[in-house]
Formats: sequence, C-alpha cells, structure tokens
Amino acid sequence: MATETLTLGKALNTGLRKALENDPKVVIMGEDVGKLGGVFRITDGLQKDFGDQRVIDTPLAESGIIGTAVGLAIRGFRPVCEIQFDGFVYPAYDQIVSQVAKMHYRSQGKVRIPMVIRIPYGGGIGAVEHHSESPEAYFAHTAGLKVVTCANPQDAYSMIQQAIASDDPIVFLEPKRRYWEKGPVELDAPLSEAYPLHSARVARAGTDATVLAYGPMVRTCLDAATAAAEDGRELEVIDLRSLSPLDLTAAYESVRRTGRCVVVHEAPGNLGLGSEIAARITEECFYSLESPVLRVTGFDTPYPASRVEEEYLPDLDRVLDAVDRTFGW
Amino acid sequence: MAKGDPGVTTRGRRAAPRSKRTASANAGDPALVQLLTPEGERIESAIGPDGTEYRVDFTDEEYRGLYRDLVLVRKLDAEATALQRQGELGLWASLLGQEAAQVGSGRALRTQDMAFPTYREHGVLYCRGIDPIMPLGLFRGVDQGGWDPNEFKFNMYTIVIGAQTLHATGYAMGVHMDGKTGTDDGEAVIAYFGDGATSQGDVNEAFVWASVFNAPLVFFCQNNQYAISEPLERQTRVPLYQRAGGFGFPGVRVDGNDVLASYAVTRHALDNARLGQGPSLIEAYTYRMGAHTTSDDPTRYRIASEVEAWQAKDPIARMKAFLTTQQIADADFFASVDEQARAESVHLRERVLAMPNPEPVTMFDHVYPNGSPELDEQRAQFSKYMESFEGSAH
Repeated sequence: MATETLTLGKALNTGLRKALENDPKVVIMGEDVGKLGGVFRITDGLQKDFGDQRVIDTPLAESGIIGTAVGLAIRGFRPVCEIQFDGFVYPAYDQIVSQVAKMHYRSQGKVRIPMVIRIPYGGGIGAVEHHSESPEAYFAHTAGLKVVTCANPQDAYSMIQQAIASDDPIVFLEPKRRYWEKGPVELDAPLSEAYPLHSARVARAGTDATVLAYGPMVRTCLDAATAAAEDGRELEVIDLRSLSPLDLTAAYESVRRTGRCVVVHEAPGNLGLGSEIAARITEECFYSLESPVLRVTGFDTPYPASRVEEEYLPDLDRVLDAVDRTFGW
Repeated sequence: MAKGDPGVTTRGRRAAPRSKRTASANAGDPALVQLLTPEGERIESAIGPDGTEYRVDFTDEEYRGLYRDLVLVRKLDAEATALQRQGELGLWASLLGQEAAQVGSGRALRTQDMAFPTYREHGVLYCRGIDPIMPLGLFRGVDQGGWDPNEFKFNMYTIVIGAQTLHATGYAMGVHMDGKTGTDDGEAVIAYFGDGATSQGDVNEAFVWASVFNAPLVFFCQNNQYAISEPLERQTRVPLYQRAGGFGFPGVRVDGNDVLASYAVTRHALDNARLGQGPSLIEAYTYRMGAHTTSDDPTRYRIASEVEAWQAKDPIARMKAFLTTQQIADADFFASVDEQARAESVHLRERVLAMPNPEPVTMFDHVYPNGSPELDEQRAQFSKYMESFEGSAH
C-alpha cells in the first residue's frame, strides 16, 4: 500500500484529483481555482488535467458560486465550491442557509444537493482582516447542512473524498494554517474502508483530563498534551472531525473516565461549538464530572489585527491553564 | 392547443388580419412589442429593439386554446384567493393581471425546457401541464413545495427574491456542459422574477454568470410595477429591459398583457438560447391587479385611477374581443370555457379541503439524505413525548 508523506494541502489536492477521476459529474468551481490553482494551490494542476468545464474559474461573487452550484446540482452535477477565505463566505450565506440547506427538506427528499463548500478557515497566518475567521457555528446551527473539518493530511485526503461522495450538502472547513504541515497518507486505501466521515477520533489517549478540539486546534492540543505529560499529567485529546452532526460518543466515554473536560476552538466562545458541547457533556456525564466543562476559545471580539492574533488564539499555555483549573475546582 | 403541449402546429394557420396599426403606433412606448392591442386588434408583426421581427402564426384552435388557458388560470387563481379568505390557505400570491405574460411564456416552452419560477407562476405551472393542486400544499401549510423539479421540468417555488435566477443559471450552465445546446431540439431554461428582484445582487450575479458562460437561459421579468408597495421608480432609473445591454446580451420589452406577443418573444428567445446563442432578458410589462399577497393592502399605496387604466388593458378582454370580431369563437365556446373553469376550480377546492395535516413527527423527515444520529435521537424523544399523551383527555 502506497503511503506517502504529504502536506495537508497536497493531500486535499490529491483527494480532489481522485474525486474528479472517479466521477465525471464532479465539478470544482470558485475564484482562481483554475489556472492559478487557488490562492493556496489546493486545486493546483486540476484544470490543466480535467479542463475548464470540470474546474471552473467563476466570476468574483460568492452568492453566484453557491447559487449556480445549486442549479448544477439540480441538473445532476456534484459541485465542489471553493470559498477563497472564511470571511468571504457571508455574501453566499443566504444561498447556503436558505437554499442549499433546505432543498432536500422542502422537496420531501426529491431533490438532493450533493455539494461540498470548501472554506479555508481560522487564523495564525498573519493575514489582514476577513482572512482569519472561524464561521463554523453559523453553519453547524443550520439544519440541513453538515459541517466537517480535518486536522491532518490523512483525514484531509479521505474526508474530502467522502464529503464529495456524500449526497448531503457539506461545509468542509480547512485549517489554513495547517496546510503546510506534513503527515503520512495512504493513497490507495479504498474510500469505503476510510474512517467514517462523521465520527470523532481519539488523537491521543490519556487518563487525567479530556480535551476536545477540531481543525487547527488539534495540533495545539496535542502539543499541550505532550507538555502536560512532562509534568506527569496524561491528557486525552479527541479530534471531533464532524461539527454537525457532532459525534460525542468517544467524548462521553472519555469524560466518564477522566471527570474533567476542556473544549478548545478558535472561534469566539459566546454561543460557539464549545457551548453546545459543554451542555451535552454536562447532560450525559453529570455524575462523573469533577469540575465544570471549561472552554478555551477566541474572545468575543472581531478577529483582531494580526500582530495580536497570537494572544487572541488559544495556545498551548491557555489550554494547560484551563486543564489546571479543572483540577483546582 | 392541447394542455401541456406548447408546440405550434402548421395546420390551418390563420393569417393575422391586416391592421393599419403597426408596432410604432404604440405612442406611449415605441419599444413595446405588441401583437394584440388592448382593443383586441391584431398587429401583423412587431419589431424589437435589436431589429428582430416578432410574429405568431396560430391556428384558430390554438387561439382558442390560449384564451382557454387565460380564463382557467384566472379562475383557479380567484379560487385560491377565496380559499385564503375562508381560512383554508395561509397565504396566496395572486397572478391577477399577469395571465398573458405567464400563459404566453409558459406555452412558448418546449417539452424539454426547464422553468425556474418565483412563487407567483401558477399560470406557467398550469401551462406546463402540471396539476394546479401541486403548489397549494405550500400555501395551505401542509408541506413546503415538495415536488421534483426534474419530473415536471418546473423547479419548486422560490420565495427568497431572486435566488432562483442563480439556480436557473447554474442549471443552464449544466445544459451547456451536457452538450444539449446548438441544435433545434436543444434545451433551454427560463428564469422568472419580478421588477423588485432586479435590485437583488443574486439577479445581477445571474446576469453576469449567464453572460460570461453563454448560458442557454431566458430571463423573464414580469414587471408588474410594484414590489409590494414600492413602485418601479424605487428600483430603477432605466427601463429594465435596457439593463441587459450592460451585461452583454439582448433585452426586449413586451406587452405582458398581450398573450400573443409574450408567446412570440419568449419562443424566439428560448430558441436562440437552445441554439447556443446565449441568454437574453424579456421584460414583460404588465400590472399586478390585485394585492402582492393576501396579506397586503394595495389601497395604501396606489390610486384607483391607476388600477382602472390597467383594467382597460386586460389580457383576457382583448383576446375575447379578437376572437369575437374575427369569428374564431362564438358564445357557445366562451360559455364552455367558463363552465370548464368553474368545474376545475370546484375540483381544486374540494381537493384543497381534503388535504390532510401532516403527522407532527414527519417534521423530522428529509432533513438530510443520509440522516443524522442527532436528529434520530430528537425524533425518538419527541415520539416518546407525544406517546405520553395517548389515552389522556388532551
């Protein structure tokens, strides 16, 4: 079995290539996805090999990208739309929330919109405003959409293919600051044997506290767990992977063992995913908890200027600080 | 004309009676394509702004068929309004006054063509050969549309203003990508919207997309002069059909109360699209005789004399005058159409009243094609909760 070391970005590119090869109805569309290969080069080389009817450079209007993709889906295509940056998805918000999400429901199952909306998200790259946001809660709050995010190259490779093969409309969030991180990817494993798209996974086993994270924060939490281990504290890190639906089965099992739980995300804390997760953990694990579920998140400010983003974003120390507090309760 | 058959036969064509009037006789608006005057006088042909000559060549049977369509869609629409007033529908968006624009364009569609309606295209739906009961579940509140667009070649109603123009554009791009343009039997797509929608970003984005991708698409704007209370002047400083020029495709204004002209310009635009000549915009100049919806009160924002002036341009009256003076139809025919309309509306009413309320638990159905464990759990909890009332007095 061919295992290669790829960056997360290259793993996505390879997964997209596979999807284009496997299904002639798959089309990629977005701004600069063709000749340029996308501003992050995630679609690099695909238009050259599959043509401009499969990899479509669109006019510069996000609602138009998603709205026309709805029509293509009704026609029988499987559109994979790229939104160039998180902060630019809002012009498409109406089409995503009012049209993409509801079409199957309104039609009583007669219309399927097998669309993937790829969005590079999150901060940490020193970008100007509107380029570092974490909009996942907006989409996870919307019935009819599924929301997933990958944290490593292997998941990037398999999850993008699973998302494209799924008939559900899926918002696929890509942790842009992890695009260049490398990891092993099994290229030939059949998709049917890949880890299920909507399941969480234990990224590091531990016994003393449970840390829940997704996307770009998984790396941060794994680093925190390494540091904690040096202090003799074993953190269990769970990569949630699917934000809608949430799979908290492993989290419940873990928290019942550890009695302590910290949820970590870049998005602002107020009404973020962490709030929902904390509520559910409390409902399910009430008698096992030694302390309240704590959240480590971005602050309830607009995403700040990049020179202070390191202080805005949860980091290893803030994660460990929260873990300490669960022990001090 | 057979219901659902938009084709024009070549048998027994009736030459248009010669008229001294020409299109340029439309003193108020020389750009308006008109083939039947408000008085019911036939105009042989009309020239569009790009020099296209529009004419129709119908048999007597087809003329009578168009009249029948107009009367039927108006009667069914009136029945739906009455059903709302009686509390049987939650809302109704009446097409009153816009019958000719809808019947003309609807009959111009060929079988393989795809339509993307707003929520007011009951007349187009009827002309597609679709049972008029289909959208009433939405307005009664027992479903949210619920039909398969591809089965009927008629998309679900779209309530968000202008959103469907992008769907139509994407669908038309797909037609092109499927290689279904460039021949006489190619496919074309029509997107309906109103004058208010032309201010929406989605509609302008659809114009851009359709243009640069050369999509086989007809943008059919029914300019009924009002977006709820706001008059056309609040949406535009230029005639709407002229907007097309800026996007790089042709635009034409047609008398939307003239079923013949509406048919002619739409058929021409659709055929151009299917042949691979790209999109175009039709502005069907008409008037919303009724309220925006049954929740609206137009007396607050428009004067009676304006409505009366448009009453004189009624699409059905002019067709009836034409059929009568040309002896294409007689009193027996008109009576039979009225009787058919009455019977169909009674039948519609009976079926609306018989629509069952959905079971509450069905609200969990079809949220996702592949389902969701979270929803499954909520459904189970809800079912258990509902079952807890079984056997109780409530």
